[in-house]
Amino acid sequence: MVWRHSLAALLVLPSLAVAWEFRGEAGLEGRYFTQSSPYEAADYSTNGSLYLKGEVFHEWNNRDDLFTFIPYLRVDENDSERTHADIRELSWIHVGRGWESRVGIRKVFWGVTEGRHLVDIINQTDLVDQVDGEEKLGQPMLNLSTVRDWGILDLFLLPGFRERTYAGEEGRPRTPLPVSDQARYESGAEDKRVDVALRYQQYFNNGLELALSHFSGTSREPLLLPEALSPQQLQALLLTGSLPAGSDPQLVPLYNVIDQTGLELQYLNNGWLWKLEAITRSGQGDRFTALDGGFEYTQVGVFDGPADLGWLLEYLWEDRDEALASPFQDDVLLATRFTFNDVASTEILAGVIYDLENDEKAINLESSRRFGNNLKASLEARFYTDTGKPLTASELYLSALQGRAENPGLSPVSRSDFIQAEVVYYF
Amino acid sequence: MKVRLLLAGLALACAVPVLHAQTPEEKGLEIAREADRRGAGFGDFQADMRMVLITGRGDTSERELRVSTLEGTGEEGDKSLTIFDTPRDVRGTALLTYSYKTRDDDQWLYLPALRRVKTIASRNKSGPFMGSEFSFEDMRGQEVEKYTYKYLRDEACGELTCFVMERYPTDENSGYTKQVAWIDQQEYRTWKVDYYDRKESLLKTLTMSDFAQYQDRFWQPGKMAMVNHQTGKATDLFWSNYRYDTGLTEADFNQNSLKRAR
Repeated sequence: MVWRHSLAALLVLPSLAVAWEFRGEAGLEGRYFTQSSPYEAADYSTNGSLYLKGEVFHEWNNRDDLFTFIPYLRVDENDSERTHADIRELSWIHVGRGWESRVGIRKVFWGVTEGRHLVDIINQTDLVDQVDGEEKLGQPMLNLSTVRDWGILDLFLLPGFRERTYAGEEGRPRTPLPVSDQARYESGAEDKRVDVALRYQQYFNNGLELALSHFSGTSREPLLLPEALSPQQLQALLLTGSLPAGSDPQLVPLYNVIDQTGLELQYLNNGWLWKLEAITRSGQGDRFTALDGGFEYTQVGVFDGPADLGWLLEYLWEDRDEALASPFQDDVLLATRFTFNDVASTEILAGVIYDLENDEKAINLESSRRFGNNLKASLEARFYTDTGKPLTASELYLSALQGRAENPGLSPVSRSDFIQAEVVYYF
Repeated sequence: MKVRLLLAGLALACAVPVLHAQTPEEKGLEIAREADRRGAGFGDFQADMRMVLITGRGDTSERELRVSTLEGTGEEGDKSLTIFDTPRDVRGTALLTYSYKTRDDDQWLYLPALRRVKTIASRNKSGPFMGSEFSFEDMRGQEVEKYTYKYLRDEACGELTCFVMERYPTDENSGYTKQVAWIDQQEYRTWKVDYYDRKESLLKTLTMSDFAQYQDRFWQPGKMAMVNHQTGKATDLFWSNYRYDTGLTEADFNQNSLKRAR
């Protein structure tokens, strides 16, 4: 009996070993800043950084149950705020007939456009990690999803709020004033408020895809308010036009409770992929609308070879109060991607977001290729041109005192141009 | 009932000699239909694929992927899910395809790092699949409606006799003007295909081997070797772990299942 048991155990063991899967990636990043920083604490020209991401998967019950754990750690040479750890995912998915539940810390993406991810709101942006805002913090959630003939419906309960991460005083690029970690909340429950969201999506087999979503809860995007000055600081500022030496004012993030309704539309016709994202948000200043719409088209087999040339054109617009608006009130995104379709998956991407009102340009160049089976290398450059000068702390307070509701546009990140090389090893 | 069948049989027997001789086009179509009929009714299957890319100098690199396919019914084509295991940087990337008999496929790519599903816009039929010598067009189902046909001749292929026929893609975005296929007369398996590019010169040759029969019906090649005559590059595909009747349903081929494909 006993030997039979151990034999059974031996037979079971290999399948258990298969069901648990461990893997991960490690990345080494180096940046070179081409200009001197306007901020003394961040005036360096090179920066190194390292990240580690683990992934643990387990599935059982004939793949109807899935467990995922993804811890993340980044270490940065100069910016102590960028040195941070997070649980990107710690979740259990259970699949039933026609529905599934997803419980735990997860990441969810909504959206179709490339210029701005307006509709995407479930997860907080890990802005200190990547300036493009594509990295997200893990969000605790209870998500029920059902797939029907009439579409896919997702319901979310989101207990617990994550604050947006910002570069510290020594970070590049960074905010004009460092961002305080003493966030303020509109909700009395502060970061314990339980937010709700739902999304409906449908695919029609004539090339049309549609999603409608609504989020009610604490805004992922805070208002950054200069913290109150002491009477002495205020007096000095008014008399001399500058803050007294040694004053270290910060920006305080204010997280309002908002309602945001989002629309995603996509239409594929003859190789042209038309896209639109639009939101309307209330609860953070006046109700406003923002949109990002355009198209994507790929020319295949260019230059009589295997390569593809993709084109992307989007228009970005919003009607938010001038002082609160994003830098993308009336902008055009033009990007092109050259895909070599070679063994190394070589790609080159160039993009510019051009502000039609004040000529500011955010330029992005990226290229990547694989080496062997486990290594990927990328080169990236980000330039911000024709931007305003970043405000000093004194200028920022003076303009606030004078009630000048100016939109800073890209000026906070001006003189933060950088070239970046990254190598990622997958194991 | 029996009488009527017999009558029908008689009618057919009488009719055949009266019919005009079959044109090469008609015979080609008939062969394609018969091959299609023999491959139909599989329901669903899953298989693993290893791709070996070989450069002109003989350097190799590999990709591993897993494929699940659900057979379409009526006008709907097959649905398939492809999951990439290597190279490691694309591990977990998954491709969901809804194929149609008479129009472009719908395709979605799931990017695990971004948790994002992207609609594939490009009509990239002639483009290489994963940097290999197989194009997207070569990787997909060969529905009868995708070509017109012309039977050429019978020819010995190994110990078997093959039909040799030309087929011409009906899709104007195809990378080919013509394909010549060798199909054995016993089991209607495709053993070899020559591909002619848009300039009508020989571009590639596909050779299939190591056939095995599953469910006592379906023949699948264990190896597909594609050689590009113009670049000297080649790609070998090795299929393994073929499983039929795996219980796949429509629910395994939607955006929710795409997002948890692993």
